[in-house]
Amino acid sequence: MHALALLAACVTVVGAIMVITRRVAVHAVLYLVVTLLALATVLVMLGASFAAMLEIIIYAGAIMVLFVFVIMMLNLGQPDSAREKEWLRPRAWLGPGVLATIVCAELLYCTSPLSGAAPVPAAITVHDVGADLFGRYVLVVELVSYLLLAGLVSAFYIGRNRAGGR
Amino acid sequence: MLAFSFNDTLLVATVLFSIGLAGVLVRRNMVFMLMSLDIMLNAAALVFVGAGARWHDATGQVMFVLILALAAVETAVGLAIIVCLHARGRPTLDADTGNLLRG
Repeated sequence: MHALALLAACVTVVGAIMVITRRVAVHAVLYLVVTLLALATVLVMLGASFAAMLEIIIYAGAIMVLFVFVIMMLNLGQPDSAREKEWLRPRAWLGPGVLATIVCAELLYCTSPLSGAAPVPAAITVHDVGADLFGRYVLVVELVSYLLLAGLVSAFYIGRNRAGGR
Repeated sequence: MLAFSFNDTLLVATVLFSIGLAGVLVRRNMVFMLMSLDIMLNAAALVFVGAGARWHDATGQVMFVLILALAAVETAVGLAIIVCLHARGRPTLDADTGNLLRG
């Protein structure tokens, strides 16, 4: 079991290094998705499966889609033919593919009933998290809702259409 | 026995945070700086979850949820600023050139 933990941690770190060293932004987003998936694996091994699911759904799902949309909107230079040649070259997708294959193989190995993966003892379940979140920390939840509202308003204000003149 | 001891978690989180910090310091492209910030936030969240698993307390995952909301807000506002700067006709996303935001 410790080899799997080491593998997930290594994929996380290598993916993070790849994120900050890529030159093309979309490649970095691919590596960042792999990094977040590997980090979700680490969270599962810590016994926090709820946090891992949130990591996959919100981080690797929603926030990364936001990044991809913005990168698509920015359209940073690069004529189309050169860009498509870049897509077709294996070097562009080989790295994320290999790392994602490692994570996927680890997932398959862990879910296989023959591997005899012991259940994590005394994992913290969603019930505990929810009871804490809406019991002791209900004021913090309200504050976070204000933070989200402030973020929504400021993003709308910054990104509003100025074509009509000020 | 958990697969990760608390020391391992701290080690991984430290390495991740260092990588994110290096990314913020080294890269000048604002999209890459935002991604590095996300890596750093993830490292902090990993420490919270690891500590929650170590002392078997749900507070760690509560903090993880809060950090997730914070990261979502930070990413949304940061990307809105990037799109705003780009729509202003700026040819590059170099962070050193964008020190003026006339709202």
